[in-house]
Amino acid sequence: MNRNDSPVIEADRLTKRFDSFTAVDGISFCVGAGEIFGFLGANGAGKTTAMRMLCGLSQPTSGRATVAGCDVYREQEEIKKHIGYMSQKFSLYADLRVWENIRLFGGIYGLSGKRLSGKTEELLDVLGLEGERNTLVSSLPLGWKQKLAFSVAIIHEPEIVFLDEPTGGVDPVARRRFWELIMDASARGITVFVTTHYMDEAEYCDRVSIMVDGRIEALDKPSVLRDACGVGTMDEVFRSLARRAKRSE
Amino acid sequence: MNQFLSFVRKEFCHIFRDVRTMLILLLMPIILVILFGYAISTEIRRSPVAVLDHRRDDVSFKRIEQFRGSEYFTLHTTTGNPAEIHDLFRKGEIKIALIFPADGEEAAILSDATNPNEATALTQYATAILASPLPGAGPFYPTLMQRGGGVKAEVSLLYNPQMKGSYNFVPGVMGLILILICAMMTSVGVVRERETGSMEVLLVSPLRPAYIILAKAAPYLLISIVNIATILLLSRFLLDVPIRGSVALLIAFSILYALVALCLGLFISTIADTQQAAMLISGVALMLPVVLLSGMIFPVENMPWILQRLSDVVPAKWYIAGVKDVMIKGLGYESILRETGILALMAIVLTAISIKRFNTRL
Amino acid sequence: MNSVVVQNISKAYGGVTALESVSLNVGGGELFGLIGPDGAGKTTLMRILATLLLPDTGSAKVCGLDVVTDWKDIRRGRIGYMPGRFSLYQDLTVEENIRFFASVFRTTMEKNYDLIRDIYVQIAPFRHRRAGRLSGGMKQKLALCCALIHRPDVLLLDEPTTGVDPVSRVELWDMLGRLKRQGVGILVSTPYMDEAARCDRIALMYSGRCLSAGEPGVICREAGASALYAVCSDNMYALLSDLRSYPGALSCYAFGREHHLRLKPGESDASLLTGWLCDKGHSGITVEPISVTIEDWFMDKIVQHNEQE
Repeated sequence: MNRNDSPVIEADRLTKRFDSFTAVDGISFCVGAGEIFGFLGANGAGKTTAMRMLCGLSQPTSGRATVAGCDVYREQEEIKKHIGYMSQKFSLYADLRVWENIRLFGGIYGLSGKRLSGKTEELLDVLGLEGERNTLVSSLPLGWKQKLAFSVAIIHEPEIVFLDEPTGGVDPVARRRFWELIMDASARGITVFVTTHYMDEAEYCDRVSIMVDGRIEALDKPSVLRDACGVGTMDEVFRSLARRAKRSE
Repeated sequence: MNQFLSFVRKEFCHIFRDVRTMLILLLMPIILVILFGYAISTEIRRSPVAVLDHRRDDVSFKRIEQFRGSEYFTLHTTTGNPAEIHDLFRKGEIKIALIFPADGEEAAILSDATNPNEATALTQYATAILASPLPGAGPFYPTLMQRGGGVKAEVSLLYNPQMKGSYNFVPGVMGLILILICAMMTSVGVVRERETGSMEVLLVSPLRPAYIILAKAAPYLLISIVNIATILLLSRFLLDVPIRGSVALLIAFSILYALVALCLGLFISTIADTQQAAMLISGVALMLPVVLLSGMIFPVENMPWILQRLSDVVPAKWYIAGVKDVMIKGLGYESILRETGILALMAIVLTAISIKRFNTRL
Repeated sequence: MNSVVVQNISKAYGGVTALESVSLNVGGGELFGLIGPDGAGKTTLMRILATLLLPDTGSAKVCGLDVVTDWKDIRRGRIGYMPGRFSLYQDLTVEENIRFFASVFRTTMEKNYDLIRDIYVQIAPFRHRRAGRLSGGMKQKLALCCALIHRPDVLLLDEPTTGVDPVSRVELWDMLGRLKRQGVGILVSTPYMDEAARCDRIALMYSGRCLSAGEPGVICREAGASALYAVCSDNMYALLSDLRSYPGALSCYAFGREHHLRLKPGESDASLLTGWLCDKGHSGITVEPISVTIEDWFMDKIVQHNEQE
């Protein structure tokens, strides 16, 4: 479901080797503007390494890729201005208050003055967190924390947001509310690049890629992948593909 | 026993597989000894001296020759111009200047007292040279004593006649190294088990907490013995510091001190939640007192009363005093009974507190 | 005999309630799942049962031994405990880890090899690899071996599948199924709702409370009070908000490839829905009555709970 024809992420035979180990082995794909792109794979299939290259945090060994029109070799700093990033492990400062976190990350992403305070109020309003603006993030429920972290990651209206297992451990209601935020962002034209271990969430993606042993083994709409495998759920699609994995690192 | 041994083996694995830590553990003593032995020396050698000689006779020439021959001084300039002397002081090119007036018996010494310790030492050395008999003549300048009552003081420096700084710092470095390795490494080791969650599994096993603690400490005790040997060998053969007393007594006393350090480490591990915290507490709460309050660098006797009492609870103070007695003075075990007693008491108290505080729950 | 009996356990940390009057029991040779999101109190309960925490009120027994008074006996190898985070030694190899934990429990790897064989063969090719360099799934298999090596009567596994990919998760659950048949009582916690089906019985936990306990199928049947429909259309994103605005809708959530719509009690007729959605401009509409899954049920309870708070 490419809503726009010019791709926001383009990877062509992108490869990353560590010594003799090829973590990412020539992956090629395009992600269109506003698309929700699910990036699935077993532990150690190379997802994190690939994502680090696309975020400009790690230099590829070979192949080429552009993110928001920036080259991943030469314009790594430029890439960082066009993306948002959120992971389950680190997202917000637990010992800062809600509004302090928003201000901090807004500032980091280059907002200031009226625009920053406007955004802060807007964000608190959308999330229904006005009453909690002075709460320490550490005492927020996990579901709210993740929603806040996501909103903060896109406070600067980036072209792409990278989400690394954003819903781990979140309760089923909060998990769905979180995905509704993702869908809203996508409807506003923000491209979403997301990894997850919840296979029902793979269904919410416009397209899904499944990595096995550093290669992309399947890439299409969830419905097409299900039909191709002749199964009813993405869980089964994933398992039938990932079982082929030979390496265990 | 098997349980205990496999735990100790595991601890050695942790240490040997972390190459960086391993290198630090084994190289730190060597680096510290060399650093203190050569770079950070408190002794004075080859200080530049300028002479303002208005006398210009045989006596002053002979004196200048004496300074030229001394290992404490190097002759920078001989001049007749007072302004030049002040200029040299300002530029920092000389530390001390001698002035021989045209007539009279007195000679004056000027010294740069921005570093008071150094100035005092230099003045003393210079005075000693001036007070010595001139080659081929009687003393040209009578000393103060002689003028006062005709009593001549003869100084002999016991135990360390050459006044070598290494006699003082070798015991100090031993006190520092043992505390660092035993306390810091043990505390970090125990806290790491808690931080990674493996302590949870160990607690739920039949393993006794005392075993856990002992097994954690054993490898570091062994490494500290290696370190003691390294330091003693280096100081004996590289720095020429003699070991006058019994080597066995010295090692036994060091092991007692290492035990105190281990107990301190265990105690810290019961306070600290994270490895960084353990490291910080060990660094600040142990290293600073050892450096500042043990008498290693600053003499405790000159400190205010409150700091002196504070230094009494610093194990390193007692250890360093004991090592000096045995190693430098060559005294027997009778002379370090007090130090031994105090260290033993500290070990017992710390062990009791640590075991009491060691949580068998989370 | 019951492996685990928990009666009215409560626990608070500095005023924050972690567990509130939780009761459950796990039969011998039963695979019992504690299901709930982070912060539900699963880890606290596990730690209390592992004798690592003391409950504020209530009592609990493991293998017939009281966790407060008989904690020393419980620690003599009666339980195998696997904490939530990977808790083995990253700088030891796979085999060294297993041998170390065997000796801690005064046994050897050879003596109890039959119990871990199934799992060990999968990690055996890497037995000389350091644990820190294993993948997430492998790590958990190793941790399970270490927790089993002393042949415990009861296994307490705190979130063994968290952060593990779906393939390894299935493998891990297969292993638990085999262990259960060997007579080991297993209490396992997980945040993944779909894993509930792998358990004999489950307790659903949320916010320190046990919302319900029983066989997964029974819980679902009891919950089927109001009608549930799976609805699809060509525009799933718009469909979600449209379904929520449907007059008869009680709640609607995305559920993988379809949306689950729960109708208000008394509104059992969904025949009007298709026409209503057509008017909203949807195409390719399918509406199918379905039976309630654990996740549906749990979500209802969470919403109810949050409304009460």
